Amino acid sequence: MVDTGATAWVLTSAALVLLMTPGLALFYGGMVRPKSVLNMMMMSFGALALIGVLWVLYGYSMAFGDDVGGGLLGDPTQYLGLKGLMEDTTSEAGGLPAMAFVGFQAAFAILTVALISGAIADRVKFSTWMVFAGIWATLVYFPVAHWVFDFSNDETGHVGGWIANGIEAVDFAGGTAVHINAGVAGLVLAIIIGKRRGFGREPMRPHNLPLVMLGAGLLWFGWFGFNAGSALGANNTASVVWVNTLVATSAAILGWLLTERLRDGHATSLGAASGAVAGLVAITPACSALNPIGSIVVGALAGVLCALAVGLKYKFGYDDSLDVVGVHLVGGLWGTLAIGFFAVENAPQGASGLFDGGGLALLGTQAVGAGAVLAYSAVLTAIIGFALKAVMGWRIPEEDEVSGIDQHQHAESGYDLVGSFGGHGPSAGPVARSTTRTSEGAQA
Amino acid sequence: MKLITAVIKPHKLDDVKSALESFGVQGMTVSEASGYGRQRGHTEVYRGAEYTVDMVPKVRLEVLVDDLDATGVVEAVVKAAATGRIGDGKVWVVPVDDVVRVRTGEHGADAL
Repeated sequence: MVDTGATAWVLTSAALVLLMTPGLALFYGGMVRPKSVLNMMMMSFGALALIGVLWVLYGYSMAFGDDVGGGLLGDPTQYLGLKGLMEDTTSEAGGLPAMAFVGFQAAFAILTVALISGAIADRVKFSTWMVFAGIWATLVYFPVAHWVFDFSNDETGHVGGWIANGIEAVDFAGGTAVHINAGVAGLVLAIIIGKRRGFGREPMRPHNLPLVMLGAGLLWFGWFGFNAGSALGANNTASVVWVNTLVATSAAILGWLLTERLRDGHATSLGAASGAVAGLVAITPACSALNPIGSIVVGALAGVLCALAVGLKYKFGYDDSLDVVGVHLVGGLWGTLAIGFFAVENAPQGASGLFDGGGLALLGTQAVGAGAVLAYSAVLTAIIGFALKAVMGWRIPEEDEVSGIDQHQHAESGYDLVGSFGGHGPSAGPVARSTTRTSEGAQA
Repeated sequence: MKLITAVIKPHKLDDVKSALESFGVQGMTVSEASGYGRQRGHTEVYRGAEYTVDMVPKVRLEVLVDDLDATGVVEAVVKAAATGRIGDGKVWVVPVDDVVRVRTGEHGADAL
């Protein structure tokens, strides 16, 4: 029997999670300069396109097929092209059609890949990005999703991944598989690809903060599907998770703004948007294991920690352009490890952390899960990154980077504004061209 | 004939425009400009990183006038654009050899 309530909620959540990637495109797009807004957004839309197809072809099977050994990888041929999943198998799967789960998890795969793009803004060939996205999803995300999200099922005899079933680390919606994974990949790529021309010397301030805030709002909205949808049912767990996702995020905004106010003298809109995302990242793995008060603590500390972490790139000299490391890697690590301290047994997860009298065992398990994903992603990303550097090259020519990647890579400009009021230096905007060769050609 | 160029604060444009209209000036060209003088720019902070924004938004206003009107027009602009604070801008006057009205081909003072 189909559980209609659960199916309706998971399908709705899948659409919510999918909206996060366009939301991310706005969040990132507003943070770059006007000459590269389209390329920034296209990296997200490129992930939507490519990973959506790969997921159906073999990605789902690699992540959620029967384990081929050691909990490391699902059988890529079992559901190749989603074969065998169109029939109604809901009796085995707890009332949820397999395709609902396929769709829900597809959106996770897409978002994880898109998250990485923030670390390498303004300077990367679109072709190399697309090839990277496909290879990285195949070699890194699909296996790691199997480790973390694929639970074994005794009734059907399905065998899942090692983090979910072997060490049983708590990662409800993807602190490890999504945020640590993408965050460390962004760090490695930013180092391999190198800094933007003028990094640390020229001002590279966000060109459209209203876009950033709109993007953060859409991310938050979609994140309710990401976290509460991961309950895979319309039930109490989903409801608890929903409230934790709300309150941790609110507290994180407060934490980030307070840090800024004390350090820089002002509470900024970019800080509010960034704080929201930092809180969402941190509560993602922990949302089922905490009570709402614990969520406030974890969220507020995420806001403070990430606000401090975004300054690291200037200290160490890597150009993680839009702070994928400071927000997703640091936030993801914090949220995953915080479970070891703040988990309470009467939360839906039923795990007990240090402050709940559970000792240090859970913290150790969490550290193993986080460390394994971090190390695997770092090594594989480095191999893929260096290979592509040798074969295709990552960077666009210096001249085109300075004049604007949108023109060079996409033959478009984001804004047809002549003369930027209040801008600095010569306008980075396009010069209007009056030739209409295409339409003349069509008439002839 | 003289070309009077004024770089002023954007929010004073309407005042200057009215002052010139009362004076009898019949046309002007206005463009958005950015730059700095003794006031320098200001500082902005994004995710803890400080940026000094040197260029400040300004309006550049140009008027062509007869020699006899030049002093009066400059006075009118200065009076209307002044706030007394740093960054009010500058006005300067340069001689113009000839002016042509494109529509009729008239030259010199007739074209003003």
